[in-house]
Amino acid sequence: MSYKGKFRVWRGEGGEGRLEDFTVEVNEGEVVLDVIHRLQATQAPDLAVRWNCKAGKCGSCSMEINGKPRLGCMTRMSTFTEDETITVTPMRTFPVIKDLVTDVSYNYQKAREIPSFTPPKDVKPGEYRMQQIDVERSQEFRKCIECFMCNNVCHVIRDHEENKTHFAGPRFLMRIAELDMHPYDVADRKDSAQEDHGLGYCNITKCCTEVCPEHIKITDNALIPMKERVVDRKYDPLVWLGNKIFRR
Amino acid sequence: MTQQTAESPARKQRAQLKVRTLRTDRWWLAPALTFAGLTFFLIYGFWAIFDKSYFVEPYIAPFSSPCLTTACPEGARLFGWAPIGDWFTLPPGLIILGLPAGFRFTCYYYRKSYYRSFWLSPPACAVGEPHKKYTGETRLPLVIQNVHRYFFYGAILIGAILSYDAILALIHKPAGLGTWILLVNAALIVLYTLSCHSCRHITAGRLNHFSKHPLRYRAWTFVSKLNAKHMQLAWASLFSVMIADFYVRMVAKGVITFPFA
Repeated sequence: MSYKGKFRVWRGEGGEGRLEDFTVEVNEGEVVLDVIHRLQATQAPDLAVRWNCKAGKCGSCSMEINGKPRLGCMTRMSTFTEDETITVTPMRTFPVIKDLVTDVSYNYQKAREIPSFTPPKDVKPGEYRMQQIDVERSQEFRKCIECFMCNNVCHVIRDHEENKTHFAGPRFLMRIAELDMHPYDVADRKDSAQEDHGLGYCNITKCCTEVCPEHIKITDNALIPMKERVVDRKYDPLVWLGNKIFRR
Repeated sequence: MTQQTAESPARKQRAQLKVRTLRTDRWWLAPALTFAGLTFFLIYGFWAIFDKSYFVEPYIAPFSSPCLTTACPEGARLFGWAPIGDWFTLPPGLIILGLPAGFRFTCYYYRKSYYRSFWLSPPACAVGEPHKKYTGETRLPLVIQNVHRYFFYGAILIGAILSYDAILALIHKPAGLGTWILLVNAALIVLYTLSCHSCRHITAGRLNHFSKHPLRYRAWTFVSKLNAKHMQLAWASLFSVMIADFYVRMVAKGVITFPFA
């Protein structure tokens, strides 16, 4: 069963642009990215779209479909009605290079600002001994495919460009949590999470969790536990006293 | 680094869509329902705290428990105590109101719900918020949200007292409908309290070596399962406490009079 689907697609470079209307053939079993590719092949050969695996594992085809951050390759056309006009725009938080392709270098910059895994000096590679229960919390965060939809949807930077300088976004606050929970990481990450990477800006509205295609519980399992660890360090006098008395 | 304003060149490099959102679903429904639910609770709470029909043997309304002044009827006092004495002439519920109210106000779930539905920050995902500036929980007053764990300790106390009230009712009137309403309410309040993110952190969330603390790890696993239902428990206990409180007041006022009330 195929039908003619109505699409509105953002076309333009460097922010300037417009939504253009297209009517494209849609076949049974297709996803939005398939239709974008048919559009490219038949009507708009210069349409720019970033993609790679078509299996929801590379995180390349992040876009906004009817206003919601989605992976183009994982959004089935069967979730829309045949008479619905589907609007496809680039991620709204990042600068547009061309059409649906955005410049996500903000994310790489933030990744570089986080100190890497720091094991104790007296433990050499090959000497790490960890039990599964000690690392499985962090392993959930390793499922991240770096589609950056969590950072795209986070209103702290989506609606406030000025916060980009001091807010790492949920993706990289989750990275900090991953390292802080690691049994062999000895770097002090609690103060820097709050002071340098803007954990306090997060008001836990859970949009990052809602859009994550890997269904990582970013807010419940990374951001809130990290906030609680910061409270231990900065806002809880009883923990401070306990640490002093027991020299923890 | 230079500060970038909303009208900065960097901002203009984004797709210049002039609409707040392109979402076509009913994104406004969840914040609207949350707003209605929480507003209803606030209005009810305001009425209940000043209502004087809070005790009828063996029931005490949850909004007024524990009753700690000499103005409370003998049977309503916690263990027969009246530590506040007779100088406090305002409604007794006002004394303990801060603990459960503070617990819910600083709760991570409720923060999400009222930031979305009352402050519209943001009203829904990928929907533009109306505020020009945003500093989140980095400064006063919102940095105070970090005291949540202290309210959690207080909420444990309140949960224990409500359970005690329900057990007393069970001993004195096991077949009473009010007894079972109070029991269900106490169970939901305790489950909501235990499902708290701070509780999860305190049990073992702060540890990096679960394997060295097997008992704490088991507690954390249990709390984590509850924590996954924190939102549902938050709403269930919010309504249960209103229903239980209203029921007791109606019995105390003589509005509900059937034999097993």
